[in-house]
Amino acid sequence: MSEELLRGKAWLFGDDISTDHIAPGRLFHLRTDLPELAKHVLEDARPEFAASLAPGDFVVGRRNFGLGSSREHAPRIIKLAGAGAVIAQSFARIFFRNAINVGLPVLQCDTSGIGEQDDLEVVLIAGEVRDLTSGAVIPFVPLPPVMVTILNDGGLVAHVKKHGGFALPQG
Amino acid sequence: MTALTLAEKILAARAGLGTVVPGQIVVAAVDVAIAQDGTGPLAIEQLEALGAATVKAPTCVFFIDHAAPAPRSELANAQKTIRAFCASSGATLSDVEMGVCHQRVAESYARPGDLVIGADSHTCMAGALGAFATGMGSTDVAVGMASGQTWLRVPETFRIEVAGVLRDGVEAKDLMLTLIGAIGADGATYKALEFGGTGIDVLPMPGRFTLSNMAVEAGAKAGLMPSDDTTREFLIGQGREEVWRPLAADPGAAYESVVESDARAIVPMVARPHTVDNTAPVAELKGTRVDQVLIGTCTNGRLADLRSAARLLRGRRRASHTRLIVTPASQAVARAAAAEGLFDVFWDAGAVVTNPGCGACVGIHEGILADGEVCLSTANRNFHGRMGNPEASIYLASPATAAATAVAGEITDPRELL
Repeated sequence: MSEELLRGKAWLFGDDISTDHIAPGRLFHLRTDLPELAKHVLEDARPEFAASLAPGDFVVGRRNFGLGSSREHAPRIIKLAGAGAVIAQSFARIFFRNAINVGLPVLQCDTSGIGEQDDLEVVLIAGEVRDLTSGAVIPFVPLPPVMVTILNDGGLVAHVKKHGGFALPQG
Repeated sequence: MTALTLAEKILAARAGLGTVVPGQIVVAAVDVAIAQDGTGPLAIEQLEALGAATVKAPTCVFFIDHAAPAPRSELANAQKTIRAFCASSGATLSDVEMGVCHQRVAESYARPGDLVIGADSHTCMAGALGAFATGMGSTDVAVGMASGQTWLRVPETFRIEVAGVLRDGVEAKDLMLTLIGAIGADGATYKALEFGGTGIDVLPMPGRFTLSNMAVEAGAKAGLMPSDDTTREFLIGQGREEVWRPLAADPGAAYESVVESDARAIVPMVARPHTVDNTAPVAELKGTRVDQVLIGTCTNGRLADLRSAARLLRGRRRASHTRLIVTPASQAVARAAAAEGLFDVFWDAGAVVTNPGCGACVGIHEGILADGEVCLSTANRNFHGRMGNPEASIYLASPATAAATAVAGEITDPRELL
């Protein structure tokens, strides 16, 4: 796992943020123009978010973040918009897998104590989210080894190219 | 030999292992890999990044169904990319006239025992044929197409044990909405749903497809059915009898949990805005005014669904304030429906019958809602903004409930019109 330290402010979102909130169907025609689509990221949940977040800020969700469609454009535009990570109590399966494949850190932990615009620090190697505003230290669920391997190789395509196929810890 | 669930049995076979256990990471051979016009261009970009000029998985298909035919130049260009890639790579193209990917996969591609991956979350629908079918992103599907393999965590299985026969006017959609309401939209995250029991034994294929289609709406990775004589009859109807083989879970397989349902006790249900697990009996929503009804989609756009709707619409007309849109799931469905005279029934009832495809369900075209409007749809998702307008609301229900609602102009129990 990367030793990188991530810092930014928390942008709070509720339960069940769907891929339609993140990358709505009405903007389907922008899927081949991701920088443009990223200007609308999460628009239907918080219209001010895309224009206001600073590079490195965090998307902080509650339950079942990213449910719905398999559109990989969703984690891609969260990353493109500049977010450092998505932190949520739980994630929908396809979104979680897509995020790892495209190199967007997704951290599962108890987000209930994090306040809007709290200053957060994420220490990936320590497995901790530190809420500098409240002083809380929140452990996150470690990523499974298979996903750590993919992330460390720089995403799934880089992993497959590097090893000439899958070279994942099995068992 | 360890007793295996259906999911475990298929994944073990496709990974070349004697047995697998939940939680195990396997690399498995992919039989069918698909993408559509929303996810396909990104998959092609990733195939190019992989240096894959040709595809390796035995069946690779790109479907142009979400925005078919293209309503904008950006989408026409994306579709042009897909056609060019199919022409050069060996992947199959299912072009704008053919219909929704999941229906087409069921009709023409998936086989019992297959591992099917698709860059569309409702790929799980093919599980109704006794396949392990799951939705993934464009990158995973690109790697699957290029290498013929994918990695999977073997899921724990929830057994959905259904007894009895649905009553008249009550459909598989009502059963699935009831189940999702009980399990929750994230209650089965990472799990496989395995449907079985006397209620599934007697359930025809269209209903089985509806159940498997919506497995992902409970968070599940796959929704599997045994492959039995009903499966065989369906495949014979598609001219694919030779791909049939019987497949069932082993007696004594280990399930993480068992959800029991009595089909006889199911009543017409709706999912209220804006989550699929926000369910209630139709009776509780009676009187809710509806501006548009959509009958179709991969969830409920099959011939049996159109027949069910036509049964209630025959000789009746939609309420004057309620638009009615009918979108068959595939060209084969549309052809059969037209031959039976169902389109005449819909036209006489005041419906728009659109070309086969995803239609209004994904909010791109063919029925976008206005601010403040309410739609009742036979689709699988009612998320905020789903049908192209975040200021609109969507209820989900069966084709019978949709037809009754179009006639009354408000949410209506179809049994009142039988």
